[in-house]
Amino acid sequence: MTVAQGIFYLIAALAVAGGLGVVLMRSTVYAALFLFLALLAVAGIYILLASEFLALVQVLIYGGAVTVLLLFALMLTRASDLPETMVGAQWPIAAFVSLLLMGLLIATVATSNWPGDADGQITRLFFNELGDALFRRWAVPFEIASLVLLVALVGAIILARQEEGE
Amino acid sequence: MLSITVDINNAWLSAFLALVVIVLLMTLTALVLIYVERKFSARIQMRLGPMRVGPHGTLQTIADAIKLLAKEDLRPRSADRWVFELAPFAIFVPAFLAFVAIPFTRDWAVSFLDLGLFYVIAVTGLSFVGFLMAGWGSDNKYALLGGMRAAAQLISYEVPLVLALLAVSMVAGSLSLSDIVVFQGRVPLFVWQPLALYIFIVAALSELERQPFDIPTAESEVVGGPFIEYSGIRWSMFMLTSYANLFIYSLLGALVFLGGWDWPLGREIGLGWQLVLIFAKTSFLILVFMWFRFTFPRLRIDQLMSYCWKVLIPLAFLQIFLNGLVLVYEWPDGILLLTSGAGLLLAGYIVYRAVRAEPRRVRLVPARGSGTVAVPPQTAGAEVGGAGTGGSG
Repeated sequence: MTVAQGIFYLIAALAVAGGLGVVLMRSTVYAALFLFLALLAVAGIYILLASEFLALVQVLIYGGAVTVLLLFALMLTRASDLPETMVGAQWPIAAFVSLLLMGLLIATVATSNWPGDADGQITRLFFNELGDALFRRWAVPFEIASLVLLVALVGAIILARQEEGE
Repeated sequence: MLSITVDINNAWLSAFLALVVIVLLMTLTALVLIYVERKFSARIQMRLGPMRVGPHGTLQTIADAIKLLAKEDLRPRSADRWVFELAPFAIFVPAFLAFVAIPFTRDWAVSFLDLGLFYVIAVTGLSFVGFLMAGWGSDNKYALLGGMRAAAQLISYEVPLVLALLAVSMVAGSLSLSDIVVFQGRVPLFVWQPLALYIFIVAALSELERQPFDIPTAESEVVGGPFIEYSGIRWSMFMLTSYANLFIYSLLGALVFLGGWDWPLGREIGLGWQLVLIFAKTSFLILVFMWFRFTFPRLRIDQLMSYCWKVLIPLAFLQIFLNGLVLVYEWPDGILLLTSGAGLLLAGYIVYRAVRAEPRRVRLVPARGSGTVAVPPQTAGAEVGGAGTGGSG
């Protein structure tokens, strides 16, 4: 086992532990903190895959903004005071669906023919190539995606304002 | 320092050495900066500052540090054990990680990253988790309020900070800190991007939570905010990190805007002159941050937020848009200076208008019980921020 493999298993274990913590922790704030750990561990895996830009975006957006929103919602809404319902009546359905999704994802990853990585070597993608692709070749889908996000943002604000007015 | 392609023992050894050097550097920086801040504030307020321990009080911070280390490490009984105890580390580690990618001179850095600027921003942005953990874990309402304020402030001001640095890296054409410094060989970037420099300084001040943006830790409002329940070594870790961050942001400003170790002496100078230059520029920015601290009264949280979202972020987008126009159509560099300077004047006018505007009438707000109670008028700048950095806590 090389050092890179050792580091990979360490980070992967952290990610899995974080994921388990999210699901199993009774306190929702703990769950959010474990989510933070899992997201950072995934960023570590991106670094091992030589995509530093993706890793930094993961740290900035998911590690930063998304976690803070979650923690804010949890701490401000007193969600931790709610009765803890770990197991509801629907758990068999939930278990079935998640197992199905997991199987589907694993099957897809295993059977896909990933371009460029057939020889076991990592294709490095520099961030300026990424920018070129995003803003030149795929500029229209990029703009559509940003429009969708804008609509979601405006919708969220309208919903929040209505709640305040009542 | 860290050479990449050596055999594994040396790589581990050099990584370990680099870690030790970073920790020593952070500690030393904090010790020196606390002393400098106390003396500097004393000079501004026509006092003497620490004078007793050592000549001119030079050993005062060391005495304070020993006191803090020996102090009992208290934890409230109702505090959440793990979250409370891990919070100082969650604040410390991001600052520590940021040091890894910062080049001090042309050849001195733990690691030269192609995305160094982006890395430093992304990593320092993680410290909000520590503030939230400290605030929530203390089980104290003032701590929770302070933690919330800290997180809201950090996450809001990160947007203009990132956008301003993005505008600069557009002009320099790189996200590598060394490349940005090399780009400024003849003309530093604050000449081309004064508006971005202004946004950077305001946003950095807010990220550092220093006056006038010290709303999360305001003594007179939330009694120290997230750090209220901490004492001894954990509290000193918060202080250490706060000064390390002051150093990081000043160093970043010196590298990105003031020409780093090159300008104005040119590329061929030796290590000694590079160190002198970077030290002078970083110290200048640190003193500017300290000078602000003892000049401006604290803002209210709504003023802080509206200044960020309604003024700084639109101006940062304007800067990026103008840079895009100039760079795509390859207009002369002078236009960069003109447009950015005009933006800076606009920002100055907005601040001037806000300061000169008629103060709003005192509103009557219903009290929670019965009747109405008038909110007493705000007395701006009532609290004189003393040198309470080293000893309290």
